[in-house]
Amino acid sequence: MIKLALFILFLPLLSFVFQIFSFRKFEEKKGEWVSVGIQFITLILSLVMLGMMLSKSDPNFSLELHQSWLDLGLFKIDLGVYIDNITVIMLVLVAIISSLVHLYSTAYMAGDVRYSRYFGFLGIFTFAMNGIVLANSLFMIYIFWELVGLSSYLLIGHWWEKDSAADAGKKAFITNRIGDIGMFTGMLIIVTVLGTFNFQMIAERIHDGVWAANAGMLFGGIDPHKLLTIAGILVFMGAVGKSAQFPLHVWLPDAMEGPTPVSALIHAATMVAAGVYLTVRIFPFLTADAMATIAFIGGFTAIYAATIAITQNDIKKVLAYSTVSQLGYMIMALGTGAYVAGFFHLVTHAMFKGALFLASGSVIHAMHHSMHHLHDHETDPQDMRNMGGLRSKMPITFGVFMVTTAAISGIPLFSGFLSKDAILAGTWTYAANVHDGWLAHLHLAWILPVFGFGAAAITAFYMFRLIFMTFYGEAKKPKIFEHIKESPKVMTIPLIVLAILSMFFMFTLPSLNPLSDHGWFTTVVQSPESAVTTGPAFDLEHFEHGMHEAHVPAMVTSLLVAGLGILFSVLVYLLHKISAEKLAAKLGALYRGSYNKWYMDEFYINGIIRPFLKGCDAVGRFDLDFYDHYFINGWGRNTKRTSKGVGLADDLIVDGAVNFVGIIFQWLGWTLKFIQTGKIQNYLIFVLIGSALLYVVNVF
Amino acid sequence: MADFIFWVIWALIVASAALVAFGNNLIHSVFALMGTFLGVAGIYIFLNADFLAVTQIVVYVGGILVLLVFGIMLTNKISIAQISQGSIQKGMGLVVVLGIAVIILTAVLPHDWVGSTLPMAFTETVSGIGHLLFTDYLILFEIASVLLLGALIGAATLARKEL
Amino acid sequence: MDHLSSYLVLSAILFSLGLYTVITRSNAVAILMGVELILNAANINFVAFSKFVTHNLDGHLMSVFIIMLAAAEAAVALAIVLNLYNDRGHINVDEANSLKQ
Repeated sequence: MIKLALFILFLPLLSFVFQIFSFRKFEEKKGEWVSVGIQFITLILSLVMLGMMLSKSDPNFSLELHQSWLDLGLFKIDLGVYIDNITVIMLVLVAIISSLVHLYSTAYMAGDVRYSRYFGFLGIFTFAMNGIVLANSLFMIYIFWELVGLSSYLLIGHWWEKDSAADAGKKAFITNRIGDIGMFTGMLIIVTVLGTFNFQMIAERIHDGVWAANAGMLFGGIDPHKLLTIAGILVFMGAVGKSAQFPLHVWLPDAMEGPTPVSALIHAATMVAAGVYLTVRIFPFLTADAMATIAFIGGFTAIYAATIAITQNDIKKVLAYSTVSQLGYMIMALGTGAYVAGFFHLVTHAMFKGALFLASGSVIHAMHHSMHHLHDHETDPQDMRNMGGLRSKMPITFGVFMVTTAAISGIPLFSGFLSKDAILAGTWTYAANVHDGWLAHLHLAWILPVFGFGAAAITAFYMFRLIFMTFYGEAKKPKIFEHIKESPKVMTIPLIVLAILSMFFMFTLPSLNPLSDHGWFTTVVQSPESAVTTGPAFDLEHFEHGMHEAHVPAMVTSLLVAGLGILFSVLVYLLHKISAEKLAAKLGALYRGSYNKWYMDEFYINGIIRPFLKGCDAVGRFDLDFYDHYFINGWGRNTKRTSKGVGLADDLIVDGAVNFVGIIFQWLGWTLKFIQTGKIQNYLIFVLIGSALLYVVNVF
Repeated sequence: MADFIFWVIWALIVASAALVAFGNNLIHSVFALMGTFLGVAGIYIFLNADFLAVTQIVVYVGGILVLLVFGIMLTNKISIAQISQGSIQKGMGLVVVLGIAVIILTAVLPHDWVGSTLPMAFTETVSGIGHLLFTDYLILFEIASVLLLGALIGAATLARKEL
Repeated sequence: MDHLSSYLVLSAILFSLGLYTVITRSNAVAILMGVELILNAANINFVAFSKFVTHNLDGHLMSVFIIMLAAAEAAVALAIVLNLYNDRGHINVDEANSLKQ
């Protein structure tokens, strides 16, 4: 099992190495199929693993492989692989989406200027994502976390000749890094108190009371429970960055500058899911307050993004905000304690959002080709206002769109219904039954179901809006419409596969009850107990009890709410009974606010970045004009003066001394010259004097 | 009687030497030198150096002195008498020489020179010197002859007219 | 008095006078005369020591050699003096000072 996992981990890396180092030779010779092939092999291996897991069907199954990596005596870091049911499902998910995206990209990206490098980067992304999934410790997750961020940057900026794409890549990476600061700080707190990064050991040690024992001592007498809350929230910050939660969501809509298959793979199905996965892994040691915070952030994000999506005209932007909103759902689920529901939604969302993105890519691809045919380079192929009535021209794409939109809107018979329903039931339970955490203490827990159901209604509304604007109605640009064709099989096959995976029965086998989520999934994935012993945390039994009770009311309400959303959407966009423009005009400020993403980017730029840059400027000026001038340059000036003085001293004193010696000898010579009379007899006298002196000195 | 003659000869030598040193007239100095040589020969006789005494007279007076006279005659202008000039550094020279003299005397006089206990090895010296010349001092003798040859050639070369 | 010291004193005086002659006289031949005096003084010394101290003939032999050397040297020196006279027309050593600084 572990060997399989390691193969799955490292094969995509091989793809990356191959593409990067040999692309010149193989670009003509269909070198990209090597990558595609590698991905499909990974898929097969992961399906084998899935089969092995299902045959055991043990909810408590887990395997771990340790390797000591860095041993500094007091401080040890291990690398390792941790496999449990969730890991296997994630590996399969990543493999499916990755291989389908590889296949799809051979047609979508054909003729691209950096074709083989694209496949290489897809390879390294898959490797990094698998690394996150297989990681057994916070440290290892961090390493692959950053790698995934890097791949995202590389892929978003694939067409870096466009300034907007290059900027979007940078924005994504930097926003991620801000979240990672929190994550790293949280990791450091955990390792300081517990001495390990390993997930299993963290849970064990907290359970054994090590946290309670060490926390106060190491952090200046702080309440251990508060510290654990803080650590949990800080690690969660990484998820906020990676999964585009408010307030670090701003990078995801901009990331749509990248190619659509990339959006499908990274920004819908897998990378953004990494944040949710992290939250899943840290679930056992979240305190009630931390969970409340997480739930609130998730819920707020869900409804916030949904309100923006209703006014967007770019097809990919709608889907991007929809992704942010759905991620909010998953996070909210985990925050309320609906562990299984959150993870379930992650998996179903990966399928249908991946399909949605690929299908929208199919539409954009068709629009592009048509425009190219007409030598039209000005119309925006992604703007829904240029589409309309496409269902007759692109039936397969249309079909996939319908299926997946139904899934995301929570219509029964589709997988999305089951997972969303479970989440909404979780929020209902939380509001009704849970009494721990600051939300409950402030009697604000009811806001979570409001967020949840409200977002569900809005989601249904804007997703059907998208379908009606794109596939129904009159073609807004008839000339472009004429030349629209259905996309090639290489693109439509992945669409169909993902659409099938969005059906309900994929997750409920062997049961075929469309209204119940019992099946293989819920058997193998079960919520863990909380390991927290320092204070109020998650109570599994209590929660499950509440879930049973809340299940039916939540389902009914969600159906109602989704229906309302679809009805409204039909009225406005299909039957045109209510005019969208008049509604927008009446709502004036609200409409503009929504259209402009509630001015978040403007807030960041003017409220944070500009003042910061001004501050930097001021510091720079201080450094240059004051510090440099007085200290550094002053030092230089002083040195100059000193050296002038020293030079003078050198000239006068040292040279003087040297010259003085010379003068002495000159004088000596001048005086002694008189000895050289040239007369032998004088010399003889001197000899005699000398010898006499010698004799005298010797004797006495 | 012998003592008296000894002291006379002693005085003669000193006086002649003084004349050589302090005399104004060069010819007078040369002849005083002859007197000194003769006196020294007499001293040799007092010292039982018979061969040496005779050699002294023959070589010094007969050879060197004559040579010196020739030299004077050949190298002075016609008016011989007042040729010799005194030197400017007489004073310094006097001091130095007196110093040297004092030094020598202080080195020599206080000592009680120990005489050998051997009896006198000679009564007449000629055969003894001859014997020694050809046995112990043979090399010196040969070298001396070479030296004389060299001096001969050298003097001849130096003094001839440039051809 | 047949005492060693009288001969030694004589020798010393003779030596000093010879030295004085060499130092102070300005005529080249006069200097040569001084040299002869010095040599004679040495001779007396040798022979006196030979008679009173060593009681053998080493001193005499030394004197023989000295006499011989004196003769050779006088010959060569006079040849030089003649050259000097031919060159300059005088033999005043006071004026032979081209090495003066």
